[in-house]
Amino acid sequence: MNKTFISDSKGYYGQYGGAYIPEMLRENVESLRAVYYDIIESEEFKKEFSMLLTDYAGRPSPLFFAGRLSNKYGAKIYLKREDLNHTGSHKINNTIGQILLAKKMGKKRIIAETGAGQHGAATATVCALMGMECVVYMGELDMARQEPNVKRMEMLGASVVPATCGNKTLKDATNEALRDWICNPENTFYIIGSVVGPHPYPDLVTKFQSVISEELLSQLMAKEGTEDPDYIIACVGGGSNAAGIFYKYIDRKKVKLIGVEAAGKGVETDETAATITVGETGIIHGSKTLLMQNEDGQITEPYSISAGLDYPGVGPLHAWLAGTGRASYLNATDNEALDAAYELTRLEGIIPALESAHALAALGKLKLKPADIVVVNISGRGDKDMQAYANANR
Amino acid sequence: MNRINNLFKKKNGKILSVYFTAGYPDLDDTLTIIRELDRSGVDMVEIGMPFSDPVADGPVIQRSSEIALKNGMNINLLFNQLAKIREVTDMPLILMGYINPVFRYGMENFLEKCNETGIDGTIIPDLPPDVYMESYEPLYVKHDIINVFLVTPQSSVERIKYLDQISKGFIYVVSTAKTTGGINSFNQSHTDYFRKLDNLKLKSPRLVGFGISDRTTYNQVCEYSDGAIIGSAFIRSLEGTGSLPENINRFIQTIR
Ligand SMILES: Cc1ncc(COP(=O)(O)O)c(C=O)c1O
Repeated sequence: MNKTFISDSKGYYGQYGGAYIPEMLRENVESLRAVYYDIIESEEFKKEFSMLLTDYAGRPSPLFFAGRLSNKYGAKIYLKREDLNHTGSHKINNTIGQILLAKKMGKKRIIAETGAGQHGAATATVCALMGMECVVYMGELDMARQEPNVKRMEMLGASVVPATCGNKTLKDATNEALRDWICNPENTFYIIGSVVGPHPYPDLVTKFQSVISEELLSQLMAKEGTEDPDYIIACVGGGSNAAGIFYKYIDRKKVKLIGVEAAGKGVETDETAATITVGETGIIHGSKTLLMQNEDGQITEPYSISAGLDYPGVGPLHAWLAGTGRASYLNATDNEALDAAYELTRLEGIIPALESAHALAALGKLKLKPADIVVVNISGRGDKDMQAYANANR
Repeated sequence: MNRINNLFKKKNGKILSVYFTAGYPDLDDTLTIIRELDRSGVDMVEIGMPFSDPVADGPVIQRSSEIALKNGMNINLLFNQLAKIREVTDMPLILMGYINPVFRYGMENFLEKCNETGIDGTIIPDLPPDVYMESYEPLYVKHDIINVFLVTPQSSVERIKYLDQISKGFIYVVSTAKTTGGINSFNQSHTDYFRKLDNLKLKSPRLVGFGISDRTTYNQVCEYSDGAIIGSAFIRSLEGTGSLPENINRFIQTIR
């Protein structure tokens, strides 16, 4: 972690960000804001965080040269293997950071929202490790489509509470987590799973995930003699794995940053979750950002086959990167993601998470040259998605 | 003078303000509800603009909001329904809702329309006071609309004094760390908090909301404040077996 602030002191990235929260959440958010920076910049915290990332989560995650995939697309394609982390995704980087923060703040009870269940499982995991009570809110639909993760969380000792409003997906789970926090202001720490929510969450989650790009710099140097690839590709739900792998490269303008959102059944349909493509500026879950809404400012229900990308908002950092043109945001449909998942599996023997499959689906959409170095963030592994993959029957 | 300020000037304590969600139970009930609340002796009305994701609300208002949206309620339609409201009532009227629909409507348009319609104030929980002060206060003043701020049991004395200072109408005292409708009786710690606020001798009058559901809780909070706000309990009463006016009058009679 270095001292780069890409948001200002009130949590704005350009016009996006801030903390649009009701007064009932103010003390919670303000007490976190007041201390987070000094805590995470302290030597003691850095030491403990780094030790757990190494010895518990299994970092650094490998950078793998995907030879057969490279042949297919005519470029040098590397995979950043976040799928090999403990609990199977990048989410553990963030939950380790936040639980250490919660401990330093003297909190005893942890709440979280989850979509795919990866953040929920990563939260339940660190709660087991630290002996803390854990309540995870999860949309009822997501509980059905990501059942293995529900079982995992329960085995880890978490209570998984179904969110039964709206589409019964990630947005609704986040609403319930915020309501829980309103009702439990004294003892509870809310571990948010992505670079969303009120300031300081987008900033602190970005910092915890920035370990991904930190490692990439030296790994790429060792393999290619340069720190800078031509392209970095990551899927974007809320945008935390993308924020993590983009972070150290934001000021390195010649590295093309590509975020890939879930198009669902297509961005021209109502069944999509491609927020940056179809969304407009508004306020969701305490942050001013791009979001999917109707002309009355009601938040519309997103759709994606991937529970982790099925969210109508996006982190303010990405709204800003999109607005300034520093990053480009593509999208991939359900079918393109399924094809890409099968392709990686058959070419490289790696079954990616459905979320990460969206990033892979962008490879065919870029005009790659043989000398191009491309890094794709494999944010998670596909065990949880076996049902969807089996149904797809490629 | 703004009708909100006028009310607190004229009436000393025991003010009753009622919240309902516009568009619930039926799309066109807005005027009937306001008229009956006026007749039953209520002092002020908070008209809820339904939102898809009401994070500060409990199940009752979540549900009324969902139904109201299904019925087709939106801000434009609400202003149309309220166009002649000042021929119906002199009570102060407040629009309450979340920031995104207002933002989408356009704050300037919204306040202009409020003024034109005879709306006196707004309560927008997720519009933070610092953003209000930085960006919107002059617009509110220009259109003579009062924004109401909330204090909670977690608010520090410093924070309470700040909110009191920037407040131009009354302070909305959130009784407890809960979403709306999440409690139906008050204990010692609640009354300690109400008393603490009373002892701060703020310049702004205070109405207590969240958890006022019957005569007992109404009287309890009136002891330490200028009155009470009832929301979830009122909305629940609209589901009674009588006609809408009967249900409204019966409910208000159980309060005072
Ligand atoms: C494997 C994986 N990748 C990506 C995501 C999307 O989140 P984010 O955009 O914050 O990285 C999720 C969320 O559940 C996930 O499980």
